[in-house]
Amino acid sequence: MSKEILTGVYFMQGDIACAEGALAAGCKFFGGYPITPASEIAERMAERLPEVSGVYIQMEDELASIAAVVGSSWTGAKSMTATSGPGISLMQENIGYAVATETPCVLINVQRGGPSTGIPSIHLQGDIIQARRGSHGEYEMIALAPSSSQEMFDFTIDAFNLAEKYRTPVFILSDAFVGHMREEVIIPEPERIYRVPRKLPDSGTCGGKFRGFLDEDVAPMPIFGHGFKTHVTGSCHNDFGQRNVIDAEALDYYIKRLNSKISKHAHEIISVSQDVDGKEVALISYGSCYRAAREALNILEDEGIRQVGSFRLLTVWPFPRNQIQELARKVKSIIVLENNLGQITPYVEAAAGGQAEVIFLPPRVLGTLHDPATIVDKVKEVIR
Amino acid sequence: MSKAKKAEIRIAGFGGQGVVLAGVILGRAAVLYDKKKAVQTQSYGAEARGGGARSEVIISEDSIDYPKVMRPDILVAMSEQALDKYLKDLKPGGVLLIDSELVKNLPPEQRFTLYKFPFSRIANDEFGRTIVANVIMLGVLTGLTRLVSFEAMKSSIKTSVPKGTEEMNLKALKKGMDLAKVP
Repeated sequence: MSKEILTGVYFMQGDIACAEGALAAGCKFFGGYPITPASEIAERMAERLPEVSGVYIQMEDELASIAAVVGSSWTGAKSMTATSGPGISLMQENIGYAVATETPCVLINVQRGGPSTGIPSIHLQGDIIQARRGSHGEYEMIALAPSSSQEMFDFTIDAFNLAEKYRTPVFILSDAFVGHMREEVIIPEPERIYRVPRKLPDSGTCGGKFRGFLDEDVAPMPIFGHGFKTHVTGSCHNDFGQRNVIDAEALDYYIKRLNSKISKHAHEIISVSQDVDGKEVALISYGSCYRAAREALNILEDEGIRQVGSFRLLTVWPFPRNQIQELARKVKSIIVLENNLGQITPYVEAAAGGQAEVIFLPPRVLGTLHDPATIVDKVKEVIR
Repeated sequence: MSKAKKAEIRIAGFGGQGVVLAGVILGRAAVLYDKKKAVQTQSYGAEARGGGARSEVIISEDSIDYPKVMRPDILVAMSEQALDKYLKDLKPGGVLLIDSELVKNLPPEQRFTLYKFPFSRIANDEFGRTIVANVIMLGVLTGLTRLVSFEAMKSSIKTSVPKGTEEMNLKALKKGMDLAKVP
């Protein structure tokens, strides 16, 4: 059996499934600092990476962790870190650096109750906007939101593939509930796992003439130790990596190119699952809230109420604006389920543009899964 | 999945009793060895020992959408506080299983079926290890409810407990199964 891919059926915690997904995707470097509720990922990677000739380093803090992840990615390794909100907050500067230098890496955020140290073992979807806009400046982010142990495995593989394909950091926005929950996980045969290899320049490519940055269709990455003369900088630069910190035109080009690398391909990146044709009401959810949405739909169906459907964001970022615009033309009402005080709801309202009524519904107690009965009640109130 | 056959179990006690592991063993038995669906969740405080701990398992013939236990069919109380906190959630007609060594004050209600065994005393007296109380409890639970097969439970214990303790834990499971035969 391949040591990277432990083909089989397991009863596995979400965090462990995430680590196994990373290894299956070809991850060879983990730099991190343990934190509840993400520690199990670090623990598993510490145990497993040496078995696959990978490297695990427990750094002195999260600032160093993300720096090590960026550095190892520039040596050619598929790299990751796993932390929770407090750790992500500390990593923000170098997350921006990873975006600016077009460094593929995967950032796992197993969200917990915040702000600040909050409550470590209670889940909150509190860092959704932070993932999108936590670092300074103008940039795009890709983020996936798993809702089960199996998806912790599958989505982590997807995250590595997206990171390599678009040469950019990718977030997994999990939470303490999904991270700590145990369920059946099926790890497929190695030949059924798709891995995106890193696009590298041809060897012997002349450094000075080599466009290694700012290509909307993703430039090949001139990684260290392969003879490419290049310059990697978080300052404004051109296609060749040459700095320009004088001209606004250079900044305009730099920002727009970095952003359009993602936005131009948004239709390929965005993933939603929906069952809303002919429905009157849509339940929008992502991550753990999806589980409550499904159960509410089961109860409604049992009661003969069939004019309600699910619209789930598998990727939260880039935001599925067009898809929600279309949804708003189909349904009368949209109920947005979030375990927070309404982080994507303003985005949904903007996309809906008044075409459908948008109602935000948090769980009665923040930090818990929605009671399906409260969703059912809200739906009944809306269709009355 | 309200249509499918489904059982919700909540095991509660304090940190250090192995209530989380008990839930994991049960869930693993159902998924890996009885080929059912199961989900296990837990909650506990920051303390390694002494604080409240809770483990929840849902076992179903069909896939499980909602992973949280709200009205358990079975409540296992391994401490007085656990009983006080969770009895109100137990489904009418449900099963209440308690460690009679640790839970002395029983409620007067009769809307559930009560089973009581001194798990921790038996663990201490017969195994010299209080820690196996959770596995004796699982033996009783398996014997009483047949939520999972005895064979599945045995296999799950072998792959879930620390190396070197398999034999003791299998004996503890057997002890629990035997206790369940004599009500």
